[in-house]
Amino acid sequence: MSAWPLWEVFVRARRGVSHVHAGTVHAPDAEIALQNARDLFTRRSEGVSLWVVRSSDITASSGDDRASLFEPAEDKTFRHPSDFELPDAVSHM
Amino acid sequence: MQTPLLTFILRHGDRSLVLAQRLLEYITRSPEIEEDMALSNIALDLIGQSRILYTYAGEFEGLGHDEDHFAFQRDPGQFLSPILVERPNTDFAHVIVRQFLHDAYAVPLWTRLAVSSDTTLAGLGAKASKEAAYHLRHSSAWVIRLGDGTEESHDRATSALEALWPCTEELFEIDEIDAELFTAGVSPDPTELRADWDRTVNEVLSTATLARPAPPAPAVTGGLSGLHEDDFDRLIDEMQELARAHPGVNW
Repeated sequence: MSAWPLWEVFVRARRGVSHVHAGTVHAPDAEIALQNARDLFTRRSEGVSLWVVRSSDITASSGDDRASLFEPAEDKTFRHPSDFELPDAVSHM
Repeated sequence: MQTPLLTFILRHGDRSLVLAQRLLEYITRSPEIEEDMALSNIALDLIGQSRILYTYAGEFEGLGHDEDHFAFQRDPGQFLSPILVERPNTDFAHVIVRQFLHDAYAVPLWTRLAVSSDTTLAGLGAKASKEAAYHLRHSSAWVIRLGDGTEESHDRATSALEALWPCTEELFEIDEIDAELFTAGVSPDPTELRADWDRTVNEVLSTATLARPAPPAPAVTGGLSGLHEDDFDRLIDEMQELARAHPGVNW
């Protein structure tokens, strides 16, 4: 059990893409969390930007919520792009 | 008799290697595994610097010695590292304060070596100055947190600072080797290094609410000439044990 709080680490691999969750580190404060994250997750040129956020500051959905939060989407197929025809002029979709 | 440039190369290669060896002795004893990672990453950067310098020493010397020769086949008395970097890992505060006093020197040293008239040293300076800047960021962040932390961390940081302070004079010692290399445009002006070091140290100690100790009397020196303290032979013996027991071994 660590005496230091846990931080979630997000790494942006290159410009133009989103930060992606990479893992966690223990650290006494944000600056040290950033340094520990750098040492664990970006030592081999994996990233151009780092975010750290206290794990306790994240509000997560619980497993019990799964039915009410996610299942109603299943019968609404019109939300999926497969219901729409793509004009020939549109590329890179 | 070694030429001034060879002595200079070995002093800096030895400084990096001996500090790395001390840091690696401390691995698994940090407050948290994250800090073990941070210190071992710093040690690996330092080993990388010493490898470049030892390889260069071998080329310059022209006797067919490779980097391993300088690391593993020399006796403790042939190591020309300043006393500061061989000081023991008494507690986390000693490890951090030692690192900080060293990094505040290494940053201006490598930065200024990047414009050396010697192209190998200039290339190393450009690479190592970025590494040292990160080391300093890490060590100064921790000096501030220990100094301006709890009563116990403040007391331990103060003890470490007072114990290591007499060793800092040696970093700025000027002998005929430095004078000759500085005149030739190879090495930086030691008085400018000192001014940079003073600025960094004063700023960080002040933020850390740590009092800057008085100038040491007497200063602890001798390492740059191969005169080391009691624990140095054991430190080097341990580092060289495998290479000496199995000559020519690869790993």
